[in-house]
Amino acid sequence: MTLAYPTSIGRRRASSSYFRRLDWFVVLAALALSVIGSLLVWSATQGKLVEQGLDPQSYLKKHLINLVIGVGLALVLSRFDYRLLRAYTPILWVLSILGLMFVLVAGARINGAKAWIPLPAGFSIQPAEFAKLAIILGMAMLLSEKRDAEDEPRDVDVLSALAVAAVPITLIMLQPDLGTVMVIACVVFGIVAVSGARTRWLLGILAGGALVAFVAIQVGLLKQYQLDRLTAFTNPDANSRTTGFNTQQARIAIGSGGLFGTGLFNGPQTQGRFVPENQTDFVYSVAGEELGFVGAVAIVALLGVLLWRAVHIAMRASDLFGRLVASGIAVWIAFQAFENIGMNLGIMPVTGVPLPFVSYGGTSMFASWMAVGLLLNVHLRARE
Amino acid sequence: MSERSSLRLAVLGVLILSLLVTMVGRLFFLQVVSADVYTQKASDNRIREVVTPATRGLILDQLGRPLVANKTSLVVSVDRTEVASQKDKGTAVLTRLAKALGTTYTALSYKLELCGKTAHAKPPICWNGSPYQPIPVAKDITQDLALTIMEKRSDYPGVTAGLEAIREFPSPFGVNAAHILGYLGPVTDNELAAQKAARAAGGQTATESLLRRTDLIGRAGLESQYDDALRGTPGIKQLAVDQAAAVVGTVGETQPTPGDYLVTNIDARLQSVVETQLQDAILRARSQTDKNSGKHYKGDSGAAVVLDVTNGHVLAMASYPSYDPGVWTGGISAKEYTSLTAPVSNYPLISRAMQGQFVPASTFKIVSASAALQHGYTANQIYNCPSFVMVGNRKFSNFEGEAPGPVDLAKGLAVSCDTMWYQIAYDMWLRDGGNTPIARPLDPIEKMAKSYGYGRTTGIDLPSESRGRVGGRSFKTALNAQLHDAWCVRAKTGYPEIATTDPRRANTLKAYAVENCATGGLFRGGDSVNLAIGQGDTVVTPLQVATAYAALANGGTIWQPQVAKGLIGTNGKVVKIFKPKKTGTLPVSQANLAFLRSAFSQVTSKPYGTGYNPFKGFPLAQIPVAAKTGTGQASNGQQSTSWFSTFAPANNPKYAVVMMVSQGGTGAGTSAPSVRKIYEAIYGITGSTIDPAKSVLAGGAPATKLPTVRSDGTPVYPGMPSTASKAKPAATATASATAPATASPKPSSTSSGFLALPVLLGGGLVGRRARRRRRPAGAGFRLWSP
Repeated sequence: MTLAYPTSIGRRRASSSYFRRLDWFVVLAALALSVIGSLLVWSATQGKLVEQGLDPQSYLKKHLINLVIGVGLALVLSRFDYRLLRAYTPILWVLSILGLMFVLVAGARINGAKAWIPLPAGFSIQPAEFAKLAIILGMAMLLSEKRDAEDEPRDVDVLSALAVAAVPITLIMLQPDLGTVMVIACVVFGIVAVSGARTRWLLGILAGGALVAFVAIQVGLLKQYQLDRLTAFTNPDANSRTTGFNTQQARIAIGSGGLFGTGLFNGPQTQGRFVPENQTDFVYSVAGEELGFVGAVAIVALLGVLLWRAVHIAMRASDLFGRLVASGIAVWIAFQAFENIGMNLGIMPVTGVPLPFVSYGGTSMFASWMAVGLLLNVHLRARE
Repeated sequence: MSERSSLRLAVLGVLILSLLVTMVGRLFFLQVVSADVYTQKASDNRIREVVTPATRGLILDQLGRPLVANKTSLVVSVDRTEVASQKDKGTAVLTRLAKALGTTYTALSYKLELCGKTAHAKPPICWNGSPYQPIPVAKDITQDLALTIMEKRSDYPGVTAGLEAIREFPSPFGVNAAHILGYLGPVTDNELAAQKAARAAGGQTATESLLRRTDLIGRAGLESQYDDALRGTPGIKQLAVDQAAAVVGTVGETQPTPGDYLVTNIDARLQSVVETQLQDAILRARSQTDKNSGKHYKGDSGAAVVLDVTNGHVLAMASYPSYDPGVWTGGISAKEYTSLTAPVSNYPLISRAMQGQFVPASTFKIVSASAALQHGYTANQIYNCPSFVMVGNRKFSNFEGEAPGPVDLAKGLAVSCDTMWYQIAYDMWLRDGGNTPIARPLDPIEKMAKSYGYGRTTGIDLPSESRGRVGGRSFKTALNAQLHDAWCVRAKTGYPEIATTDPRRANTLKAYAVENCATGGLFRGGDSVNLAIGQGDTVVTPLQVATAYAALANGGTIWQPQVAKGLIGTNGKVVKIFKPKKTGTLPVSQANLAFLRSAFSQVTSKPYGTGYNPFKGFPLAQIPVAAKTGTGQASNGQQSTSWFSTFAPANNPKYAVVMMVSQGGTGAGTSAPSVRKIYEAIYGITGSTIDPAKSVLAGGAPATKLPTVRSDGTPVYPGMPSTASKAKPAATATASATAPATASPKPSSTSSGFLALPVLLGGGLVGRRARRRRRPAGAGFRLWSP
């Protein structure tokens, strides 16, 4: 089998009707989310920047640059045949492991976690975001390896897939970035489930996860602030000075937005900077306050469109690899969005994961759009 | 791809959908259902209220002389929340501060404790106000210290120093009047909660009386009674702030409305005389020897009251021992508080004039005589006045066993014959059925006593007045209802716990219990005769006595004693005039009242009168003084109570003057000379000559009009300082007016925010603790710097 065949097929198809055959729902939903996100980031940051005597649009500009890069990455990824990508998956995986190791050694510590590799011009890279992609691709590759359209994966496949996930999870735990670990855990579970692995594997993963969590708490692997963050949401009013403060303020912002919101740039909670981190983790509070129930639901709805398409693409994928990649992405975006929005709404613990497409942050934006690229890719090569 | 895979993918899709639905549901709850709640929270979040306290109204005497004014003082305050959040719980800071203030860490920390949290945290040393309010710990500090504290922020985190409006007692003519004026204390959380509850119930709607965390409110005396009028309404500036508590704009602003001036009926000069004379009487008592005990009289306490009998105005009222009302200002120290409350201090906080209860002794004969006259005993009748009378098997004697022989009613009163009253009272008691009382006993004396206002509060406009007690039949009935069961138990069991040490006393007590168990509710003959001469179970306050004598003097009207005369706004406009309040009429004919007035004037005018000697040389022809001495025998082994109750002029009464000295000896020997001096001061008498110009009262009489207050708030009064700038107590509490005069910062001072400080300290920042904690030390000044 040559590598050239599928590539040339892909090329030929793409060049003739690439844009016509694109899943425009995915593209437009992701674009709409990104545009709304840009406005929210702008609104959240301009006041502070003015006060500091900086360009009030500097965050917006960086965000837009990130968006353009992200869309570019998506276009590139969608054009490769993903089956070819399979071959590069090990390389991608090794690179992300190296990145995660590098960040532990030389990363910048922000909010208690060593998760960023600082780059010039104020940019930085969060290897964990790329690791999510690497894990999805790696697991999908191993679980679909030798038996497309056959019965369930063999135990050895599942084990090796779990091993592929375990290494980056361990490294991310060491940062520590609990939120990302939780997202990845869900992705792992989702991919194993959709791969058709025997049910006892699923139960085993659940039990293993519970055991790891229990041990982590018992031996003090989790720092107190992490536990505090996790438990703050159960009683957010109790300690408004510390961990509950952010969520409380975010909830006040969202609640006070009412049906139609205060209007962009007009939210007192946002503009008064009562909600910390409201261009990244708490960007959704800006939507809640300034765009109201209508705007906040619109974001959920756009995510819904994106996820509906992702599940749809997974259903229609031409092979198990494509299905697993699309499913993994669906779980990833769904759970990360739920974790982020839920934390803004006070129904999920504070874990510090960004809202895909919306939150400020280059790596998250790149990773989100690369996911879009993969979805488009799988869609382009779906069964007719 | 397997069926299982597709099925699981479908399940995954459903799970994802459920996550989305969950988010929308929660959004609906937050933004649609609870929008109002969060809108309110958001506005609480970003609006800070800076309270500019209203200048508290002055308290003036009847001529406009300030009895209580305001001044600015440099006060050190400690934010206990901020101090407690320091690593060492503030030990280092407080130790440093204590040293700078010349006190100890312990003393300082006691002041910062919340009342009731620990054993020694008792009010008022502990902090009774809001825990989030900076607590004043030292007043009148030096400018140098204030500047040190403000400039060395790092040495004194959580400590602030600045100007604060505090109460000042100008003390014209050296008056004290502490019991009348009262003092202030911080508002407590309980009071705020109570107010909130009352407002929720729709009870209190007047916004001007709304309490705020920063408020000081009256805790005693006029400050408490007229708190609402004096307090005014604080100005509220609503500032929009951002997350860092930096001000981003002003949302709204109301100017403070200063409290009204309270004009009293007190005349400062007369009050000063009365206070001095009371003290003299007490010293006089202490120089005399008690014949019974052979010791000097203790003269432990005393009181004097001067009323205008025509309307109940309280012209002067003094109580001994007293205290410096200024000790409460800016917080009281433990040492000061002990000196006010320890038994050895004899409780100077209690106003003997209206809270002290004493046996009235012969001053009560005003009641007995009125009752007798209204019940068929006539003025011209001749009564026996033997040295003693047997009532049942008990012997009731005259004072010191005197026997003046047969007397008429007037002379009987003048010589203060007791035995004639025993006979009259016993007679009345028999008419009521004696030991087997008739269905509706007349009880002439008890009923007359109540008509005179005994046994109930006079209604004076001061808080916590005592009601006294009339030891008549109804008292016995009430007492029996309360104690009958206990008596009967003791009648059976006796007093074994006492019998082991004092069998005789135990026996006496048991006999008493047996008797009371059988007939405890019975108003006995002995009770009736005791009541007639104001002994036994009857107790009264000096103010009640003065009110009663004023009623006899004015022709039978019981006026409610009134300290307040009126309220004047700081713009000079009269807000309110307190009209005399009639609370009763004596059921005594005018003829009988007239007779009694003349009879009581014999006490001072006739050589046999008990008040004759002390009033020798007094121009009684022009100013006849009706009086009654009283020498009360306290039952509990204390020395006798000296009373002198008077009104004058007896033929056209204007003033009632009553003085009482506890454990002070006889009425004539101890109190009467001082009462005479008070009359001399009122009428301007020197020797036997009367010169109204020398009267302590301007114009020789109590003021009829309210004093003038200028439109700028300056009260006008005789002898006021001529320079307008100095006599401007009205505006002293506004920081801007006086800050430069009181605390002009050093030219080199780095604290440019110093002048703005009073707003900070006086105003206080009503904010949430969360906000304050998140603000770095000193950052608070951003709010107030110009």
